Amino acid sequence: MMLSVDNLSVSYGAIQAIHGVSFSVERGEIVTLIGANGAGKSTILKTISGLLRPKSGAITFEDKPIHASEPHRIVKMGLAQVPEGRRIFQQMTVLENLEMGAFIRGSQADLANDYESVFHSFPRLKERRSQLAGTLSGGEQQMLSMGRSLMGKPRLLMLDEPSMGLSPILVEEIFRIIRQVNADGITVLLVEQNAQMALSVAHRAYVLETGRIIKEGGAASFMGDEAVRKAYLGE
Amino acid sequence: MNILLTQLINGLHVGSVYALIALGYTMVYGIVKLINFAHGDIIMVGAYAALMLLTSTALPFGIAAMLSVLFCVTLGVLVERIAYKPLRNSPRISSLITTIGVSFFLQNSVQMIFSPTPRPFPIRLSVPTIVIGSLKISGLTFVTILVAVLLMIALELFVRRTRMGKAMRAVSEDMQAAQLMGININTTISMTFAIGAALAAVGAILYSTAYPSVSPTMGALPGLKAFIAAVLGGIGLMPGAMLGGFIMGVAESLTKGYISTQLSDAVVFGILIIVLLVKPSGILGKHVSEKV
Repeated sequence: MMLSVDNLSVSYGAIQAIHGVSFSVERGEIVTLIGANGAGKSTILKTISGLLRPKSGAITFEDKPIHASEPHRIVKMGLAQVPEGRRIFQQMTVLENLEMGAFIRGSQADLANDYESVFHSFPRLKERRSQLAGTLSGGEQQMLSMGRSLMGKPRLLMLDEPSMGLSPILVEEIFRIIRQVNADGITVLLVEQNAQMALSVAHRAYVLETGRIIKEGGAASFMGDEAVRKAYLGE
Repeated sequence: MNILLTQLINGLHVGSVYALIALGYTMVYGIVKLINFAHGDIIMVGAYAALMLLTSTALPFGIAAMLSVLFCVTLGVLVERIAYKPLRNSPRISSLITTIGVSFFLQNSVQMIFSPTPRPFPIRLSVPTIVIGSLKISGLTFVTILVAVLLMIALELFVRRTRMGKAMRAVSEDMQAAQLMGININTTISMTFAIGAALAAVGAILYSTAYPSVSPTMGALPGLKAFIAAVLGGIGLMPGAMLGGFIMGVAESLTKGYISTQLSDAVVFGILIIVLLVKPSGILGKHVSEKV
């Protein structure tokens, strides 16, 4: 088991957002958490990354408990997140953003090859590498955000709504890269509102509704599920 | 013409000190969105540390100055760890009031130890006057401007070129995203306070050589003016603090030279009011809507 979340509960002050959620991700998988806005998807990812503290429950990454660890230690262990809304450093150049992604690798790391491999996946970033990241388009910012997280060489990559606000062509492109990242050996935990796209790349899926998991199974089985289609696939 | 030049150079002299101190305000604000009102008192502590070292030991000026800087750095980092860090997730007003509390604490502690009586600052440093044609520049003025400008260049290079400097910019732009890059924000914040305190300590020593009277409340006025310089230039922006500092110094000096000595502070504060009316985010500030 690469990542396991057991009976996780998270509160914002008096309001409980996550109620005893359990799920797991095996090495090599793409697992998706789907659900409507406000279901608690981002809250779960933030808690896994250590940005929020759970009220109760346990999170284990590669057999080590991480729910009490500081965010920077979790990243160092090999668990990265591409946050919702991209959150690139707008006042820094594209190259500096990528350099920050490799921060955990220390000052001695030779990044030249890694820049090239990011530019190979995202050719549009290469021509803009000296530009301030804030001047990029939405799609380019998403690519930069993904490339930035990949610079840290994570073993598990969590993506929070990577398709948000992008045109259908760009969404296809982003999902093609997610598949590629997974084929390169990185395990993926994907949070999406775009359930159709998420299910098309994922091996397994969990459906989240108001802070609880209401359904889980192989991604293919969801495509045929009448209730899920109605609720999340907009049919 | 010479009078104007002399006044301008005097302005740059005091302005470079304001700029150094203003950098501490603006860097701390940039990273934790906190106005550290105890920053001015670091100046005072730095001046007392230098005074003690210079009067009770035979250390050369440079070594004494360096030790005072080190003392202030330790103090600045400790104050953040003890007083501000526990309040990092509290409403901003709580931290703001705490900085005022720390300011009083430092002033009163020093007053208790050294008495409120001002003491003369020994200037054990003789720099020859520089003469260019009929223009005379005091050696201290020249050294002050030189030291300040070199430090600003070094700081700018640190923030632009080094990995830790870039991490600092990343934290100041988006603390959560920086954490997701594996940046330890506690280290980064401590480093920011350390740099701020170091610049304030250098500022303190340069200030004391120009106004050689050391007292427990001496940090208040240069602290306030440097804060205004930071706001004037655009709080959170390092070039803003530098520009603001020099503008303040030159405006003050020109007012003293051409209008009246008593009015100099009024003019300086007047400039602040006008700039804030016209451009609330400061001279170099961009209008950014508050993040929710």
